[in-house]
Amino acid sequence: MSEYKSGSNLEKVLRAGHFAFTGECGPPQGANVEHLREKAGHLKGCVDAVNVTDNQTAVVRMSSWAASLILLEEGLEPNFQMVCRDRNRLAIQSDILGAYSLGIRNMLCLSGDHQSFGNHPEAKNVFDIDSMQLIYTVKKMRDEGKFLNEQEVDVPPRLFVGAASNPFAEPFDFRVYRLAKKIAAGADFIQTQCIYNMDKFREFMRRAVDMGLHEKCHILAGVTPMKSVGMALYMAKQVPGMDVPDSLIKRLRGAGKGKVAEEGIKFALEQIETFKEMEGVAGVHLMAIEWEHKVPEIAERAGVLPRPSV
Amino acid sequence: MIRSITQQKPEAELDRLLEGLRRVFVIGCGTCTTLTQTGGAPEVAAMKERLSQEGKLITGDLVLAVACDNLTGETLAEYGDQMDQADVLLIMTCAFGVQNIALHSGKLVVPALDTLFIGKETALGEFNEVCTQCGDCILGETGGICPVTACHKGLVNGPCGGTNNGKCEIDPDKDCVWTLIYNRLRDLGRLDAMRKLQRPRNHQAVLNPGKIRISV
Repeated sequence: MSEYKSGSNLEKVLRAGHFAFTGECGPPQGANVEHLREKAGHLKGCVDAVNVTDNQTAVVRMSSWAASLILLEEGLEPNFQMVCRDRNRLAIQSDILGAYSLGIRNMLCLSGDHQSFGNHPEAKNVFDIDSMQLIYTVKKMRDEGKFLNEQEVDVPPRLFVGAASNPFAEPFDFRVYRLAKKIAAGADFIQTQCIYNMDKFREFMRRAVDMGLHEKCHILAGVTPMKSVGMALYMAKQVPGMDVPDSLIKRLRGAGKGKVAEEGIKFALEQIETFKEMEGVAGVHLMAIEWEHKVPEIAERAGVLPRPSV
Repeated sequence: MIRSITQQKPEAELDRLLEGLRRVFVIGCGTCTTLTQTGGAPEVAAMKERLSQEGKLITGDLVLAVACDNLTGETLAEYGDQMDQADVLLIMTCAFGVQNIALHSGKLVVPALDTLFIGKETALGEFNEVCTQCGDCILGETGGICPVTACHKGLVNGPCGGTNNGKCEIDPDKDCVWTLIYNRLRDLGRLDAMRKLQRPRNHQAVLNPGKIRISV
């Protein structure tokens, strides 16, 4: 296949029809490059690409493009995340060019958590454009070779464009249309919110497949293993848009002292098995938050190793 | 009627702004700040009381009918002597009133309030922002409900993933405006409007600071 949009590893793996497996790595709250290299090191060889978060939860961290470059140096393929909270359209377009020029090939387009959640709540947010319009912007720059103002881009950035989707937030009926809208705007791949309610996700995917969305875009199912009952309760009660069924909390509680994390991993592994068979699901996005060292074990037990080389 | 919604500055900030200014003339407003109970007659009286206790001399006080109106200049003129005796005018109106009074009096002014937003009283004692005056109105596509104002991120392409039982993830006291818009458009049979990609908006419909001239 010669007409890759970006030629990224993730794109090649998905286009070849392999079940993709992506990971995530949050940059440090400082210039602790060694810690970043160490965390990323766990993911090497286990995933097709690594999402590098952009000031996630509105907490200041090393910039996502810089951390992405460090991952590149480590031999990992970054999926550079960009949020619209901290940049206007000038900065967004110039960062897209800069990231591409330095070797970044995947980019995930997000609106970004509101700054009131983070550690600089008095900051002025930008939101000049939103995630939907960011997708549109990258696609326009890549495919039309034009900036938002219609001026020509001198060598367009060839990026594989990603977007997020939350199947669980209300209004549920609208969610699949919002996904369709992101695909129409230019998303090549989707990484969903962490999934725990499998029935609801199955229904969401049924609707997406009915609309043929899985043929226009690669949909990766989001998985975050629960480390503890406390984490599950926090996700269930404190994180809006997150759907954690009582049955899962009960199951984790029933695992007994010292065995909850293993039960959480088992649930994640069962999910991954289900996703492998679920129509329209092209892979899994594993968000093992501050649990990067567990990724090799999870990947091994999920039977997704070795990762394909395309 | 839309109003200018204000709240009183923290006392420590007021004390700092009034430091070294002993003689104070206090001005309230009979319109918006009376409604919000931040600068009506009772609040002006309470402010005078507080300042007196702190050793300030109150040279006079006044509650203007509509502080932002052009008639303010004439009313202020009637209080010229009392105002001239003051080191500072402490103004309990919105920022429009403060600027108007500064213009007409030529005196040093200190605002007692912060102006929060342009809004309306939606329930007794509850005020909601209704319009950010963005200059690029999209109400025609959102069922007459404004997401630019009422979505914390000003999103124009539908609800983010943080909708929380019809409330916003950022403030459970506030409705998710996109849920309201969805319900309204569904009732109107116009959900298609939400499925259309809204392109990047023009945030400079009028350059800030806004100024236009019409032919008259």
